[in-house]
Amino acid sequence: MNADFRSHPVAALTTFAGWFLAVLWVSPLLYAVWTAFHPAAYGARFDLFMPLTLENFVRVWNAAPFARYFLNTFALVTVTLVCQFIVCTMAAYAFVCFPFRGSNVLFMLVLVQLMIMPEVLLVENYRTLSRIGLLDTIVGIAMPYLASAFGIFLFRQTFKSIPKELEEAARLEGANGLQVLVRVFVPIAKPTYIAYGLVTVSYHWNNFLWPLVVTNSVETRPITVGLQVFATIEQGVDWSLITAATLLSVAPLLVAFLLFQRQFVQSFMRAGIR
Amino acid sequence: MKASRNALYGGLLLLPAAVLLWTFTYQPIVTTFIDSLYSTPRGRRPAAFIGFDQYETMFADPVFWKAMLNNFIYAFATIPLSMAMALAMALLVNSKLRGQAAVRMAYFTPTILPMVAVANIWLFFYAPDYGLVDRVLQLFGLGGQNFLGQPDTALAALIVITIWKEAGFFMIFYLAALQQISPTLMEAASLEGASFWQTLRRVTIPLLMPTTLFISVNAVIGAFRLVDHIVVMTKGAPDNATTLLLFYIYQVGFGYWDTGYAAALTMVLLVILAVIALVQFGYVDKRIHYR
Repeated sequence: MNADFRSHPVAALTTFAGWFLAVLWVSPLLYAVWTAFHPAAYGARFDLFMPLTLENFVRVWNAAPFARYFLNTFALVTVTLVCQFIVCTMAAYAFVCFPFRGSNVLFMLVLVQLMIMPEVLLVENYRTLSRIGLLDTIVGIAMPYLASAFGIFLFRQTFKSIPKELEEAARLEGANGLQVLVRVFVPIAKPTYIAYGLVTVSYHWNNFLWPLVVTNSVETRPITVGLQVFATIEQGVDWSLITAATLLSVAPLLVAFLLFQRQFVQSFMRAGIR
Repeated sequence: MKASRNALYGGLLLLPAAVLLWTFTYQPIVTTFIDSLYSTPRGRRPAAFIGFDQYETMFADPVFWKAMLNNFIYAFATIPLSMAMALAMALLVNSKLRGQAAVRMAYFTPTILPMVAVANIWLFFYAPDYGLVDRVLQLFGLGGQNFLGQPDTALAALIVITIWKEAGFFMIFYLAALQQISPTLMEAASLEGASFWQTLRRVTIPLLMPTTLFISVNAVIGAFRLVDHIVVMTKGAPDNATTLLLFYIYQVGFGYWDTGYAAALTMVLLVILAVIALVQFGYVDKRIHYR
């Protein structure tokens, strides 16, 4: 290995640079992990042999309704994902298979939402939500995002690439419009659905400002807002508790990411390139 | 016959999306403009038409100008730096590197964390006396710095966090693009005796141009849309040194409940986003034609 390094100084340098940057990049995270797993009394000292503890996590779990927050986030993400799939699939199918005069203009109008995301209009959207009585509900948090321009765009691109012959063959066998969509289009577009699903799940799992404005109670608050409520009370008081709460709140997504790393990365790539 | 059938089915299929988009994107754009021409209703006093008074207030409001300046500094610092970082990361990961997968994961992990969690992690990382940053500085006798508390370092401290979070995300796109470059081009360059930097400047970077454009549009939108870390870390303090435009809208709208003024501020943000959109649409159109 040494000889290898000597004969390839450039490769050795790249490896060193790559790893140096990697260590630098994860250091904030590792420092938080370190603090969260050690007793608060040791917080100000560095000692490799300090006792490890789960006590911070236990205290955090008991101090705030994190289980409820997770349930809320889970419900929010599920509602959002299911509705987005339905609404965006219908719209994309219409754009590809039932074009009519002006449908291209409509598609351009849909794309406007790519630039002007609902949170930019949060003052007006808050008012709309209060008028229809959906403030402080999980459906209310999800609502502005259900007709996702990004989803419509992505599905339309995929549907367009499906050969016409497949659709015609299904028609000849007597399938109606709905059957064509469910039996031909959706199965072929499965990779796109997975990619879009992963992107949208991580977006809504992480979303903060809009849920912060809309929610007002433990029963609706997603984990991001719950974490913030907890951290505001503890701030500057006990860092080991805050880091434990932070790690706790990102744990499910982080574990899922570490397990399905390749799919995540490929999904983000696929979603971005189209 | 077919045309009317298409219009019927197409219309029905589009209906849910159309209603939702109208309610939460188009209608609010219209009412934002209308509201910006009215005073904020207070108690028993209803909203009154006041023309462009809100805009006059805005142009005389030093906090508004501060937020605009901050937002542009923030955008013009985070975007090029995180993109350069992303390119360096992509080149490193794409080269023959030991433990490639682990290194790539290290770069990408901050991307999937919520900004709220990132903000809390960095709040601790920056904390005077306790944070790792301050501890390293203590070794050089420079400890006791409160980066987020000082007007001249607070915005820079937030810029660092954004770069940390975004660079790994942008790396993915560069990586995908790098893998598309034909190896023969690289071989040709090395046969001609081109150095690493020459190849990078003359071959790689020009070929990555479409990706660079795509990433920069995303980055610009992000710079005006994501203010979660401001809410968590500084709330615009000290002395509005970290107030960004959307955060100011949030503060005026939900802190002071001055919805009329918030509407006028939102109009400015909408204009900025519209300009970005126009730039991008020119570019997206080109891409679609080539496909």
